[in-house]
Amino acid sequence: MSPLNTPPVLAPVVNDFVVKFANVNGSGSASANSMFAKAIFRMGIPVSPRNIFPSNIQGAPTWYEVRVSEAGYLGRRGGQVELMVSVNPQSMAEDVNSVCPGGYFFYDNTYPLDFKLIRDDIHYIGLPLTEITNNTFTNPRQQQLFKNIIYVGSLAHLIGIEFSALESIVNDTFARKPKLIPPNIQALQLGFDEAKKAYPEPLPLQLRSSNKNDGKVLLEGNAACGLGAVYGGATVCAWYPITPSTSVAEGFEKYAKKFRVDPETGKNNFAIIQAEDELSAIGMVIGANWNGARSFTATSGPGVSLMQEFLGLAYFAEVPAVLIDVQRTGPSTGMPTRTQQSDILISAYASHGDTKQVLLFPSTPKECFELTAQAFDIAERLQTPVIMLTDLDLGMNEHICDELVWDDARSFDRGKVLSADELESGARFGRYLDVDGDGIPYRTIAGTHPEKGAFFTRGTSRDEYAAYTEKGEAYQRNMERLAVKWATAPTYLPKPVLTERDSNQRIGVIHFGTSHEATREALESLAAAGHTANDLRVLAFPFHEEVNAFIEAHDQVFVVEQNRDAQFKSLLVNELEINPKSLISVLHYNGDPISARVIHDTIEAHLAAPISSAAQNRG
Amino acid sequence: MSFYKPSFRHPDSPTNALGLTRKAYEGGISTLCAGCGHDSISAAIIQAVWGLNIEPHRVAKMSGIGCSSKSPNYFLNKAHGFNSVHGRMPSVTTGANVANRDLLYIGVSGDGDTASIGMGQFAHVIRRNLNMTYIVENNGCYGLTKGQDSATADEGTQSKKGKINPFEAIDLVALALELGATFVARSFSGDKQQLVPLLKAAMSHKGFALIDIVSPCVTFNNHPGSTKSYDYTREHVEAGAVVDFVPMAQEITLDQIQGSTQNVTLHNGDSVQLSKLSDNYDPTDRVRAIQTLHEHKAKDRLLTGLIYLEPESENFHDILNIPDTPLNQLDQTTLCPGSDALAQINQGLK
Repeated sequence: MSPLNTPPVLAPVVNDFVVKFANVNGSGSASANSMFAKAIFRMGIPVSPRNIFPSNIQGAPTWYEVRVSEAGYLGRRGGQVELMVSVNPQSMAEDVNSVCPGGYFFYDNTYPLDFKLIRDDIHYIGLPLTEITNNTFTNPRQQQLFKNIIYVGSLAHLIGIEFSALESIVNDTFARKPKLIPPNIQALQLGFDEAKKAYPEPLPLQLRSSNKNDGKVLLEGNAACGLGAVYGGATVCAWYPITPSTSVAEGFEKYAKKFRVDPETGKNNFAIIQAEDELSAIGMVIGANWNGARSFTATSGPGVSLMQEFLGLAYFAEVPAVLIDVQRTGPSTGMPTRTQQSDILISAYASHGDTKQVLLFPSTPKECFELTAQAFDIAERLQTPVIMLTDLDLGMNEHICDELVWDDARSFDRGKVLSADELESGARFGRYLDVDGDGIPYRTIAGTHPEKGAFFTRGTSRDEYAAYTEKGEAYQRNMERLAVKWATAPTYLPKPVLTERDSNQRIGVIHFGTSHEATREALESLAAAGHTANDLRVLAFPFHEEVNAFIEAHDQVFVVEQNRDAQFKSLLVNELEINPKSLISVLHYNGDPISARVIHDTIEAHLAAPISSAAQNRG
Repeated sequence: MSFYKPSFRHPDSPTNALGLTRKAYEGGISTLCAGCGHDSISAAIIQAVWGLNIEPHRVAKMSGIGCSSKSPNYFLNKAHGFNSVHGRMPSVTTGANVANRDLLYIGVSGDGDTASIGMGQFAHVIRRNLNMTYIVENNGCYGLTKGQDSATADEGTQSKKGKINPFEAIDLVALALELGATFVARSFSGDKQQLVPLLKAAMSHKGFALIDIVSPCVTFNNHPGSTKSYDYTREHVEAGAVVDFVPMAQEITLDQIQGSTQNVTLHNGDSVQLSKLSDNYDPTDRVRAIQTLHEHKAKDRLLTGLIYLEPESENFHDILNIPDTPLNQLDQTTLCPGSDALAQINQGLK
């Protein structure tokens, strides 16, 4: 076991490395780790933390990967990490192997390290965390919790976290439980002092205060969706618990309780209904929207499968609905706590019969906020379901993004809803008449007018006046009008975002959602290697004309997505009627968020061997 | 099936307090089979809503899929209706009802739509005590798919093709009682005298009201050997527990509440005047109601009438603590916190 060589020493770096924590879930590590990331955020350094957690309540291995990047790269970098904080004996063998040569393995040396875990190319930093905690705290739960805080204190010394940043977080976190502030500060200080005593020299991985986070906030996509629903005027949230979407409903509840409780009467200007299943949740959403209240649900892949029948009804009966799908790995139960972008096709064509659904693809918490609020306008304007596809990475991890903005001059677009006066003075009301030529009919809400505007909503065929019919021509006219409405839809949807780096338009990259940050980084590193590419980030389906134009303009077009079957590419091929061979897939689907390295390497490999077929990354 | 409805009405047709004749409460022409029990129920609904002086457009007609679920098209043309998907009427009604608490929600379902595919939603809408009238048009079979047994078909009943049903029937009334329903009644489509006051009471109840109505399927389940035929039901029915629905405006005299009748005042002040099954039967006693139901079943009798009523209960609106103003009428000023609040949120996210 004796090392043959002394480990290499990393060149000193400032604000550019990855730290990974290996913990036992349910041990209180999440709040300590979050404190670590937030302190770096408060130091003004771009940071992107990611939970890699099990579908388990207590006792299984869980990881927290924190990337620090002065350059502002917020996607996963990929590869081994510079510093591993190992607090879980179960996963130690795997964790030792995650460290890059010359990197650091921080562990609790209260108990001796298994000699099989000794590598001769990395550095070991042992501190008796258990011993320190047990000597300081008597309560067993405190011993467990403060062990986590102690290692954060130690890291403050080792990599240079500003102690004041940590203190400010403790003060904010326990503002309502001030009794907890002193022991937390004590634990931080203890960790700091013990580390300094044992390892007086800080590591070559150093944090230095910066100014990159001015005007930025740090939050989870799911909370941002919940807040967006409050701002978008949602009053009815019907949902069924499912990872990783649960915190959307929780976010809505948190902000609704803050902003929507009538100060005089104490009544709730919102309703949150925990349904008996996803079928019921979407049924409630459709019922509420049918009756003129803005309503939404949040779910994940299995829920979207269950909601298929109702989504077809809402499409055909033209009832607005907002569904936030926080995607996880499928098929079936898959890996419930791992990320993927694999509900694209089931969402785009949700339900039997000829159906097409409007999709939105946010990339950041800010877009989660904005697009959720906007989704209600779109759904009511188009009288159809809007499915927002986020994913576990965006939804359940904290991300840095620009501050949230709301324009007070903005008013909700309630779409074509006829009032009692309009019904009174208007011509004969036809629920499914295309009066304006845009395929979008007028609708009425129950109880509006004593004599006019009532109709029977149904999933069966009907004529322009909502009367039941089985006449083929009436059915076909209706389906054709729905196609006209579909063609109108992009007018109301967010446009794709083009980043142009090469006016010769040789290489184009299409991406969406959480592949955004990793793609940006990969394209910058590819440009540095001589392969300059333009990219188009798509935010909505049906696609805008710009998507087709981008594909046509470029010699080679890559499509980056996080699933096995190239679902987004399939959608492009199918909807834009383009040659499948004109698109090259960059795929990643192991459940971890896609990394810049995967994208860089896949595109580079393909460019180096242009004759090969679609380059695919199977990792 | 009729294909023409005369528009003529007698000029002296009675009007209700709103000055409306029953014609104002009618619907489209039924496409159900001639003699279908469901059409009698539609007529009873028209009579009840008219009699309650409710404006037709203040009603929402909700349904799932099946013969029964088609029937909301055949009453209250001036009300919005929603013929949703199979077995899911309760969830759609829940959303609609939470969005606008001010309408009267009449859900019409069938035994297939409720007791099989919709069993989960039926159970949960009861648990929530949603303020609605839930009508089951119960004929023990699937009509639109040509007569298969449903889950309410009695054990031992014989199908039109001669097959004996080997499965235990689901009794929706017993189930609703177990699940905490606050208004539970059973009736027979052939007994309009009983059905109309029951419907009025159910529609006036502030909470979940179930009326399970045996409504024979003349085409597939009206033969000898069927326990859901007109003949069998008439022979086995035991009417009790309701004689009249008394609006608040009408004074109840002492005579009416003496003898074998009992008066139960509803939340809004209306009353249900009951004829007692026996001296010690109390329809506000859930345990007794369950027992009575089982006693009748053991004797092969079909107990109809108001079986259980809890006049004061916390309904779903109360539980959600939503305002008197319907949620669908709240304006943007009330709903959207605005930019100043967002600036504060941003500060908390740093």
